[in-house]
Parts: sequence; structure tokens; C-alpha cells
Amino acid sequence: MLIRRRTFLKTASLAAASLYLPRFLQAHARPAALPNRGKVLVVVQLSGGNDGLNTVVPIGNDIYYRERPRIAIKAAHALPLTAEAALHPALAGLKRLYDDGHLAVLHNVGYPNPDRSHFRSMDIWHSASPASEYWHTGWIGRYLDAHCPSKPCQAPALELGDAISLALKGQQRKGIALREPAELYAAIRSAYFAEYAAAAPVAPSDTPLAYLQKTMADAIASAEYIFKKSGVKPSTANYPDTPLGRQLRTVASLILGEADTVVYYLSLGSFDTHINQPMQHQRLLSQLDAALAAFAADLKAQGRWSDVLVMTFSEFGRRVSQNASGGTDHGTANLMFFLGGALRRPGLLNALPDLNDLDQGDLKFTTDFRQAYATVLERWLETHSQPILGQAFELLDFL
Amino acid sequence: MHAPTVQRRLKHLLWRAGFGPDAAEWPTWIQRPEKAWWPLLRQQSAEEPGELWVTDDVVRGLFMGIGEFARLEELTPEERRSRRAQSRDLLQSLNLSWLEEMVLSQAQLREKVALFWHGHFASRNFNIVFQQDLLHIIRTHALDNFGDLLRAVSKSAAILAFLNNQQNRKGKPNENFAREVMELFTLGRGHYTETDVKEAARAFTGWGFDLKGQFVFRQNQHDRGIKTVLGHTGRFDGDDVLDILLEQRQTACFIAQKMYRFFVNDEQVPEERVLWLGNRFYDSGYDIGRLLEDIFTAEWFYDEENIGHQIKSPVVLWVGLRRTLPLTLDDPEAQLLLQRALGQVLFFPPNVAGWPGGRTWIDTTTLMLRLRLPHILAASDAIDLGTDNDDDIAMGQGRAGRLRRRLGAELHWEPLAETFAQVPSDELLPTLAHYLWQTPVAKERLAIVQKHTHSLTREQLLQTATLQLMATPEYQLC
Repeated sequence: MLIRRRTFLKTASLAAASLYLPRFLQAHARPAALPNRGKVLVVVQLSGGNDGLNTVVPIGNDIYYRERPRIAIKAAHALPLTAEAALHPALAGLKRLYDDGHLAVLHNVGYPNPDRSHFRSMDIWHSASPASEYWHTGWIGRYLDAHCPSKPCQAPALELGDAISLALKGQQRKGIALREPAELYAAIRSAYFAEYAAAAPVAPSDTPLAYLQKTMADAIASAEYIFKKSGVKPSTANYPDTPLGRQLRTVASLILGEADTVVYYLSLGSFDTHINQPMQHQRLLSQLDAALAAFAADLKAQGRWSDVLVMTFSEFGRRVSQNASGGTDHGTANLMFFLGGALRRPGLLNALPDLNDLDQGDLKFTTDFRQAYATVLERWLETHSQPILGQAFELLDFL
Repeated sequence: MHAPTVQRRLKHLLWRAGFGPDAAEWPTWIQRPEKAWWPLLRQQSAEEPGELWVTDDVVRGLFMGIGEFARLEELTPEERRSRRAQSRDLLQSLNLSWLEEMVLSQAQLREKVALFWHGHFASRNFNIVFQQDLLHIIRTHALDNFGDLLRAVSKSAAILAFLNNQQNRKGKPNENFAREVMELFTLGRGHYTETDVKEAARAFTGWGFDLKGQFVFRQNQHDRGIKTVLGHTGRFDGDDVLDILLEQRQTACFIAQKMYRFFVNDEQVPEERVLWLGNRFYDSGYDIGRLLEDIFTAEWFYDEENIGHQIKSPVVLWVGLRRTLPLTLDDPEAQLLLQRALGQVLFFPPNVAGWPGGRTWIDTTTLMLRLRLPHILAASDAIDLGTDNDDDIAMGQGRAGRLRRRLGAELHWEPLAETFAQVPSDELLPTLAHYLWQTPVAKERLAIVQKHTHSLTREQLLQTATLQLMATPEYQLC
């Protein structure tokens, strides 16, 4: 560290901590929420820019093999879907789901004027704004704004992680981040906070103070609700011992416990494979595959797989040509996966990327990602997409 | 409604024009007559700020010339990775150095206004030298002339690189820089047309920086043709366009409005008041100090609706807490994790529009961490976060796993104990509440705090009451 330090006040340490033991609240019963056997959306974000061309491999395309002599996936190793397309060898679980009609692949997804910066492109995917605008709410957050006033929502959207992504932030409502229901509950459970949050408001409802108190009360109520729901019927299935595996087990437990959560949000990364791509990509796709396969099997066995839609996305795809370091650099259009027991149309939804028609070495998008969002909003979450996305988009037919 | 007390007015000024009262200086401040407050704040920020360099000449040499990703690609993967790692470490040092400055500096006004400009001229750039230079420009010009500040920032490598003006060439324009200069730096949305952006982009062709991060005007890449920008026509270059933008009264009004939201009230913005500020700002030739004076000496600044209604940004919350309750940290770098967990990392704005602020700081996760923060400090507990690597910097090479940092805070209670030494024990809690909170102190709330306060000894009372008062929604406001 090169910090310029100045002298701080020097005093004897006081054992403040020992004076300060939070007293924990006795858990008390809440009125039971209505059972919710509604539909659930699980979003899996592949952070860093997943290489779509090595995920669903265009095994019949010479340009692909010509441009990627070092990192192309050999046709013999890949798991064939059609004569032209095959899954990365690490995706055996997804291959089985494909064979069962529980996987759909949407190619060439992107947006006009693509941005190759991770954070900016992720911002665009999260907010669903045009590339030229900066919005500070996310598409799922705006769904919560629209959806929650009409229904009692204890925990409508959960992010398995440390912080809430922009995608889950609405103007009024926001998702809740947690790593583990028990951990969240323990962190918030304090008699002081409970009493404080429950006290009568001291400020008019439109003031920031009232907003903070309400958020505090919501946080406490939601933490307790999530903790309880996670224990009603905890999943006993086998999941891989990876962060994503553990998170999906938590999601399964909450679904089986009939929590009123509509959207679960998870991330896996980093897919930013500039250097020595093959090993890193193999490792990440294996984690993704094993966790999703376990999740699908668990929910199938419990009879809930038809209530679930899993959607994967990444902020951008990667360049068609490999770089000099055995990796790939930032690209543009990419593929999305949709998994679930209730797909109206599974399989390959559109044409594979046209490697003959590139924009300075990058794929051209043919489907706007907001068409996928609009389809999910309209046909899965059963709401009007236009107020949430700001404009109408042509719907797709996988749902 | 009765008028706010003198103490509440002074704290209001110190929180908004700085990072809140300093524990040791408070007793002196509160003795001063009200008319001396603003002149003193100005005077304490009068001096040119010291440089916050975290790089030496050797490091500067290393980073020169790799501002552009294209050049970076020429390095070997090993070199690239180590350069990025080094830059990330130095950027963290710069972050922490500035944070120390905010906590300890007498120049509270300058650092607070610099934080405003840091969001206004938002830039993410992995090159430490560029970021350091931009911060220096912002801190130096923070209180001076907006035109000078705008010109210096617009010619900084950090901004030119971030907004892609190196790629803006005659015949192959890149409009990013021209658009953001109008939308975010000067006029605001809706006060220019797409044609203005296109024409201005032509005028900015050739603006770039050299291997040392110094501004250069590349004549051969400049479009010498005639352009029409906001109704003016001529063979304009970039300087001419900035002059045209500064000629617009809207620019002064846009800045005045943004400053009003930042320093006074981000939810209620009276149009005629902002117009008045903007016009005076324009007529002063863009004197930032004058605009701030108009704001901080206005009687409406102390209106009840403007006090205790602002949600502290994570940086303001943390710096303010450290000024109120001086502390030493075993692991100062844990403050970076804290910034991330609370949603504001210096030098990493969410996008070119900066931090939106206000209620967007708050969600259940960030609020509960804010409320638990005093407990975490007192218990010398750890902050635990998963690694959420920034791919723009780590390039996929960040290590997976959990980040857990023990703040190891040692709290120094003497200044608070001294300040309130004369207060009888049964009045200590309400006195502290009036000192720590900017919202009206409700009796019902004090009763709850009291119930969860230990009062075996005077020392215990002071400490638990302070920590509990900080662990409230009220303390999130200033």
C-alpha cells in the first residue's frame, strides 16, 4: 500500500464489543401466506461474456474451424444436436434435457450499437435500455413495481449472492440478496431492529425516513419468511458441491416450500476467456451443466419442473477469431438457453450464426434480447411487457 | 413547525458542504457566530490541494502509452495481466488516499465538491495514471471556474479514452464523446438534436492523447469542414464547441440543478429557485464558488424540508462516521470491500452517468448492512463478500472464492466523551440523538434506543447509545 498515512488519535482500546451483545429476537409465528403454485423464472447470468460459438458449436462450418485453429471444439468431441450444431462436451446434462424437449436455444441475440465493455453491456442487459440511454432501474425490478401492488409479495425476487443486481431494482420494489436463508435471518434477527421497524412511523409516508423504515421492516419480514419457507420442504436431492449447485438447491427448496418468489437470479463466472480459454471454459460449463441437470432432475422428481423456466444470458459473445493467447476477445451477439418442462417450442429456435456475414469480425444480432424478455414477461409471468420495457417487441414462440 | 436550532443548522451545513462535523473540532465550531461559518469553510478550502499521487516515475513510465486497449494487446499476456493487476492495486491506493483526505482534510468543501464532480465527470479507466490525473484536475478546479474545469476534463486522457475520442477521426466519426459532453457534462437531455451531436463529433475529430497521457490535437485526423452546432456555423474545432456549449444559459441551469440535487434536496427541486441559481451562475462567468455561496448562504437552504431529507451516499456515510467517531483500522483495504457492499466504489461509477443517488442507494441488503455497521465496528467483526470480479479489469483472471476482511476497528471515544463531558447522564441519550441525527428526534424512538442501551457506567452509556443511535434509519439521513 502506498497510502499516505497521518497520525490517528491514539488511545487505549476499550472493550466496546463486550458491552454490545445484540439480544436476539424470539422467532414468532407470522400469518401463513397463500400457497403459490405459480410459475417461477430462474435467471442464470454467465458473467464475463460467454463464448457462444464454443457453447453450441457450428460443427458443419469451415469458417469456424479456420478462424479458431487452436480452440475450436472438434466435431467428434461435441454432443450433436443436429447435423450442423453440437453442444460443448461439458454439457452432457443439457444434451439430455435437449433430447427430452426441455431445452431451447436462441442464437444471435443482441442489440443495436453493441458495447464491448463488460459493465456497460451488462448495464444494458440489466436495465433493458437502448444502448444510447442510461436507466437506473432493471427490467425485473420494473416487473416487481408493476406486479407487487396487486398481490401481497413477501419475497417476489431473490438474488443468490451478496448484492442486488441492477436487473432486480425497480423504482418502488427491489429484489432481496441472500447467500443462504439461515445466514440472512441470523444477520437481521435483532430485538432492537425488530422493535424499531415495528414502531409507528414518525415521518410522513413520502419522506426518505419513512421509506427507510419501511425498507427495514420489509427486510426483516422477508428474511424471516424466506428462512421459514426454506425449511418447509428442503430439497434432499444431490447437487454438485459448487456455489451454483448450492444456490440452485436453495432455489429448489424455496420452490418446494412454496415461497411466493417469482424470480430467482444467479450468476456464474468469469467467462472472460481472453487467455487459455479451453480449460477455463470447460470448467465453467461443467459447473453450469451439473448444477442445472441436478436442479431439473430434482424438480422433475417433485413434479414442479413444468412450473419453472430457466433462462441464461451473458453480456456479450466473443469474437469469431481466436486471439494470440489461446483465447477470444469481446464480441457482440450471443446465444441464450431456455430450460423447463413447459416449453412450447424446444430445440434450436433460429438459424445458427452466419459466419459469412460479420461486422468487423463480430456476429450480427438478429434477435433483440428484449424480445426474449418480452416473451418471458408476457407468456410466462403473464404481464404486459410494454410498460416494463418501454416499447413493444415482437414475441418469440418458445413459450 | 419551529425553526431548526443553531446546532442543527450548523450540522446541516457541515454535512452538506462537507462530510459532517469532526468530533474534535465540533466544540470550536459551535462557538462560532453563524455568519462566520461559510467564510471559514471557503477559507479552509482556499489552498491549492496537494497531489494524491500513488505512482512514482517508474510506474508512470510503465503505464504510459498503454491507455488504449489496442496498445495493450501488443503486450504479452503475462505483461498484460501484471500491468492490469498493478493498476488495480494502485487504483485501490488512490481510492484509499482520497478517502483519508475526505476524513482528515480541513478542506471539507473542496473534497465534497470534488466528489460531486467525480460523479459528474464519471470515468472508468483501468489506467491508474489517467485516473490520477483526472482526479487532480477535479480537485484543483473543484471550486473555481466551470469553463476551465470542463476544458481540462474534456482534454484529459481518462475522459477521451473512456468516451472513445481516440477513435474519432475525420470521415470516421465516433460520436460517443460529443454526445456525452452535451448530455451529461453541459446541456442535459432534450436540449440538443442528433444533428448537433453529429456536427460536434466532427469538430472533436483529432482530439486525443499521446503516450504520456497528454492532450494532443492531431491535425491530420481533424475534419476542417464547416459545421453547424446549436445554430452556430463555422469551421469549428473542439474548443469552439465547448465555447458554444458554455454560451448556452441551459448549461449553467443544468449544472445548478444538478448541484441543487446533490447539495440541497434530490427529491424536491423548485424550478424557479434553480433558474435563479443558474442565471446567477451564468452571469458570474461560471464561478463555481459563487454558485456554492448562493446555495449555502440562502435562507431556503435551512428550510425544514431540506434538512435530514438526504440519504447519505455510502462514501458520505462512511467518511462521516469516521469523522464523528475516529477509528483506526487494522486492515484499511477492507474499506474497499465496504464501498462495494454498500454500492459505491470510488473510480468505479456504474456508468457514464455517474451514481444516481437518493433512494437508489437503498435496498434491503445495503440498508441492513448500514444498520449493522456500528455493530460490526464495535465487535471488530468482519465483512464477508463473495468475489465479484470486475471483468473490465480482471479479464477473467480473478480468483474465485470468498472475500472476507476483518475491519479490525479500534474506536476512539475520547473526543465524543470530552464534547459531552458536562452533560448529565440522564440527558446524554437525547443530547447524543440531537448531535447524531438530522431528522427531528421523536420521543418514541428515543424510548426504543434507551431500552437497548447499557448504562452501568457513563462510558458504557456513551458508547452503546452512540452505536445504537448510528444503527438506525435516522442516521442514514443528513
